Amino acid sequence: MAETQSNGHGYVGTRTIRPDGVDKVTGRARFGADFNLPGQLIGRVLRSPHPHARIVAIDTSKAEALPGVKAVITRDDFADQPSEFIPAGEMMMNYKDVVRNVMAREKALYEGHAVAAVAATSAAIAKRALKLIDVTYEVLPHVIDVVEAMRPDAPVLHDDLFTAGVEPKPDKPSNIAKRVEIVLGDIEAGFAKADVVVEREFKTAPVHQGYIEPHAALATVSEDGSAELWCCTQGHFIVRAHCARLLGLDIARIRVTASEIGGGFGGKTVVYLEPLALALSRKAKRPVKMVMSREEVFKASGPTSGATVRVKMGATRDGKFVAGFAELKYQAGAFQGSPVQPGVMCAYAPYDMENVKVIGYDVVSNRPKVAAYRAPGAPISEFAVESVVDEIAKKLGLDPIELRMMNAAREGTKAAYGPKFGPIGLEETLNSIKKTEHWNTPLRKWQGRGVASGFWFNIGGETCVSLTVNEDGTVSLMAGTPDIGGLRASLAMIAADELSVEYDKVRPIIGDTGSLGFNFLTGGSRSAFSGSMAVVEAAKQIKADCCARACKLWDLKPEQVAWERDRVRPIGDVADKAKPMSIADFAKVAGKTGGPIVGYGRLNAQGAGPSLGTHLVDLEVDPETGRVTILRYTVAQDAGRAIHPAYVEGQFQGGAVQGIGWALNEEYVYGADGKLQNAGFLDYRMPVASDVPMIDAILVEVANPKHPYGVRGVGETPIVPPLGAIANAMENATGIRFTELPMSPPKVLKALKEQGVTAK
Amino acid sequence: MAKHHVEATVNGDAVEFLCETEETLLDVLRDTLHLTGSKEGCASGDCGACSVTLDGRLVCSCLVLGCEVGGRRIETIEGLAEGEALHPLQKKFLEHAALQCGICTPGFLVASRALLERNSNPTDTEIRYWLAGNLCRCTGYDKIVSAVKDAAATLRKG
Amino acid sequence: MRYEAPETVERATALLAESAGEARVLAGGTDLLVQMRADVVEPALIVDIKRIAETRAITEDRGGWRIGAAVTGAELKEHPRLQQVWPGVVEAANLIGSTQVQGRATLGGNLCNGSPAADSVPALIAAGAVATLAGPQGRRELPVEDVMLGPRRLALGKGEIVVSFRLPPRPPRSSDAYLRFIPRTEMDIAVVGVGVSLTVDASGTITDARVSLGAVAPRVLLVREAAAAIVGSRLDRPAQDRLEAAARAACAPIDDKRGTVEFRIQVAGVLARRAALIALDRARTS
Ligand SMILES: Cc1cc2nc3c(=O)[nH]c(=O)nc-3n(C[C@H](O)[C@H](O)[C@H](O)COP(=O)(O)OP(=O)(O)OC[C@H]3O[C@@H](n4cnc5c(N)ncnc54)[C@H](O)[C@@H]3O)c2cc1C
Ligand code: FES
Ligand code: FES
Repeated sequence: MAETQSNGHGYVGTRTIRPDGVDKVTGRARFGADFNLPGQLIGRVLRSPHPHARIVAIDTSKAEALPGVKAVITRDDFADQPSEFIPAGEMMMNYKDVVRNVMAREKALYEGHAVAAVAATSAAIAKRALKLIDVTYEVLPHVIDVVEAMRPDAPVLHDDLFTAGVEPKPDKPSNIAKRVEIVLGDIEAGFAKADVVVEREFKTAPVHQGYIEPHAALATVSEDGSAELWCCTQGHFIVRAHCARLLGLDIARIRVTASEIGGGFGGKTVVYLEPLALALSRKAKRPVKMVMSREEVFKASGPTSGATVRVKMGATRDGKFVAGFAELKYQAGAFQGSPVQPGVMCAYAPYDMENVKVIGYDVVSNRPKVAAYRAPGAPISEFAVESVVDEIAKKLGLDPIELRMMNAAREGTKAAYGPKFGPIGLEETLNSIKKTEHWNTPLRKWQGRGVASGFWFNIGGETCVSLTVNEDGTVSLMAGTPDIGGLRASLAMIAADELSVEYDKVRPIIGDTGSLGFNFLTGGSRSAFSGSMAVVEAAKQIKADCCARACKLWDLKPEQVAWERDRVRPIGDVADKAKPMSIADFAKVAGKTGGPIVGYGRLNAQGAGPSLGTHLVDLEVDPETGRVTILRYTVAQDAGRAIHPAYVEGQFQGGAVQGIGWALNEEYVYGADGKLQNAGFLDYRMPVASDVPMIDAILVEVANPKHPYGVRGVGETPIVPPLGAIANAMENATGIRFTELPMSPPKVLKALKEQGVTAK
Repeated sequence: MAKHHVEATVNGDAVEFLCETEETLLDVLRDTLHLTGSKEGCASGDCGACSVTLDGRLVCSCLVLGCEVGGRRIETIEGLAEGEALHPLQKKFLEHAALQCGICTPGFLVASRALLERNSNPTDTEIRYWLAGNLCRCTGYDKIVSAVKDAAATLRKG
Repeated sequence: MRYEAPETVERATALLAESAGEARVLAGGTDLLVQMRADVVEPALIVDIKRIAETRAITEDRGGWRIGAAVTGAELKEHPRLQQVWPGVVEAANLIGSTQVQGRATLGGNLCNGSPAADSVPALIAAGAVATLAGPQGRRELPVEDVMLGPRRLALGKGEIVVSFRLPPRPPRSSDAYLRFIPRTEMDIAVVGVGVSLTVDASGTITDARVSLGAVAPRVLLVREAAAAIVGSRLDRPAQDRLEAAARAACAPIDDKRGTVEFRIQVAGVLARRAALIALDRARTS
């Protein structure tokens, strides 16, 4: 066969209507809580009222005796698991901890920790049954804050947790799970060359992913141990793996269907209800449906870490960064596994620096186990670094964009965390921000402007996609990564272009775990990147297959036939011998030429290029109340190649607004009793529509050479720069460097007062 | 005590159902009438995913009891499209990519229709304040506002 | 759980009075349903008052206005005249929750929920509103500031409900304003709320004023000292300072998830001044 080349309709780069769109605007799309089965029971979870308590005994007899209760489960229904680390999104998890997080064993480690679950014929009965479960707790002292948890006299959560990564191995358990470090060059030598050194300590509050759809699962287990599960997850293959492990089932016996998913942002990469629903169903021999309340989502599902970060940076008089040090202390929640590692790696990644040292600590405390949240770990450390960069600019009297430009990582830069970068687009984003009208508009008193850049690696990973050419020439596309924000549209566009069929003729679906080979989850901004690579691969197979069929039909040799532009053609001196055939033409003769036409793209995608971005924000401070209003916002980010520009812009805009929430008002508020006080949307203050302006999105496209279309992941980077950009704008507006998030009105007003910055 | 027997109109259809006092209209719509287009994001009036209109008035169906709606007219997302044709708001949400995950979309559409029925030419600010009770965590609201404005323009042209 | 929707005040109060278990009035349900869902209250009887015509009407009454306790925020806003006479009351009611909540939330519910942060209450108190109560013993009138005794504690007897509110006649050159502080622009509970109502003479001097503060004490306060600080003035800078100081002096707030003591006291003064300036501007041009 001669070389194949693609040149289809050119859908890539256009704003098509998403294939799943009509179902989503009509209410037809089925999300996690929208599935029901005949005879289903309702499952509910009993949760610990204490932040830290030994579970002495659990008596379920009264609940079991309540008419309508069909099953009650506790720690006794799950076998213990050995300690073993496995990748979960961009983070690591340990089955020993997973089994304890889904159902408390020796101790309840946070308020809201699951202690038992019931399945009953109605929600009301299930609720009543929970009240009949007698749990005897021995309440223990608790610790919430990361710095307090690190103190030698802090209450210890796990007697078998000894800090990893320090020599010699500690002889006493502590809440410090591990210490990590990256070093590049010689930090001391670097500081010795510095003309200015800025050192600051920062603090950030834990924030929740805030997806609008609560966790939901519907499970049915039959007597032979075959199980079906419908749930809203970012990775149904991962759910299958976890559930098989926790329930001792064969992977092949569990079939998981990912429902439409109402947001995840990393928070739906782990299991909570799924194993409980399966265990209840196995016991009750009936389907069990479980849905979390919003309060449960806040109290028992993963927020991201709160952290304390110390940054020290040195630069020469003319602005060259010569040394960067940082020490990060991240909350992991009740079990180890905070995103401190990526936080460490990303801290200085946007910059070309010779001397970097970053140390990180992963610290457990009595709050829910953190889960990934969009670029996990990176916003925290980069917020601190971007704030210090701004301060250096001010000290040196340099323009903050110029300073960043001068130090920007570019192709060939060796990152402190290891690799040499390929082509990356930080400079382009800085340039395009500089050219905006926004950057050049004057500001009034009490208004401020801030800029910050951000970096995220992106990942690839195991991916499997099938493409089937149907009898009428239409194409069925099946992917195995849940579509959170337009993935099906992007994959269908690539397939249409590759096979030269109309976009409307490609119907993409997300297949269940029985329909495709293993797919890693939707996370790490990988789905469009690796999914499209798999589509290209599958399409390549189809085109090769069609060429082979054409050889037979036309009685030509492989080298006399090729896919050119939009169809298979006879080429060279036989070019006139046969009429070229499109995919639709092959569909008609598929039966006669060898049967179904199917391509199967499977790969472990590599080469996800990092995506860098720069954000620009204007805000206004009310000096009398400390209230901050975001006036204007511009995002510029490198998308490599935007398959569907509108959905890429949407990622930029959504990430920016999440970042605004993180910077200004979102936080977990704990009382002295270790209980969460704001477990609802009224007091966990995510931005509402009237809080934010339009978010201008500038697509920068520096092609990723490792991807056939130049694509990079775009979903996570947008949440990295807002924290720093807003803090820098606050400094610009008030002259005060805010180092603690959120910059909520009481804090702002206090700082204004303390610094003597007043309205009058 | 016995369940309440309620007769009401949902999307123009007469319906009757039985419910307990504590069941909300959202529970009834989703679990009894199997209209799962209205979503539960919070069950406490904070997210707007459950938005419906009750005698033309926009409300959170999670904050209305099922037994309250006897004799009343309820419109849900399932009643927005007119026959085979999508409502202009639905079309514009698709064209502007005003949804990512789509869980908030039914609520936004129902709320936006209620706005456009009262104000055929809303400003950005009016749109944002009217929709402040509808949370969206994915889009940052930008494309939603654009879609509503564009739909308003289409509707004005008739 | 029993549900009743009587059509007369008498029937409603009788049902409430006779109930053996906990009985609750249901107006818009935007507090009650949330509390039921969170298991904060588990009433045995719910009495829906929305079918009682009297609770749903807005009428002119002896030169003033009478507003039914179950009138919603949205209905207040849509009323053709009320907004001009009592812009502060209407804007306060309209700050309650979202558009969706507006479609249900009532003035009676806002008051009887017993929250010191209720938005419409400072505006009603500043307006000099009087609540008409009805109970098994008949009817009585009580100034709004005397209805709430403390968080979740009301001066209502068993079986007693709020039927309506009466807003007094308005002298010429009078107006009102309500401002609250929240960190977001919408969908927050007031960290501080201030209602100001005032009347000016032809020269622009304030002849009468009422100032009320919400969310800074266990109940919504009528702050006479704050009013006294501006009566007789044209709200020049010294009068503004006196007003701020008096408002701050009246505060007895707590630290909670929504704000600190220090913050609340500081902002109470700021908002009192700003609300007074708005009310003054409105009064002069009314
Ligand atoms: C999302 C959301 C946002 C909110 N935002 C705000 C806000 O910004 N500002 C604010 O002030 N509030 C806010 N609230 C609270 C609530 O909406 C208001 O307090 C509202 O005014 C309550 O009125 P309702 O008619 O819904 O009361 P209901 O819930 O019906 O009743 C509240 C309480 O008062 C009792 N009651 C009601 N009417 C009477 C009566 N006539 N006589 C005697 N007792 C009665 C009820 O038994 C109940 O205990 C919010 C609520 C939600 C859900
Ligand atoms: S579910 Fe009704 S407002 Fe959130
Ligand atoms: S599109 Fe996901 S919440 Fe709005």
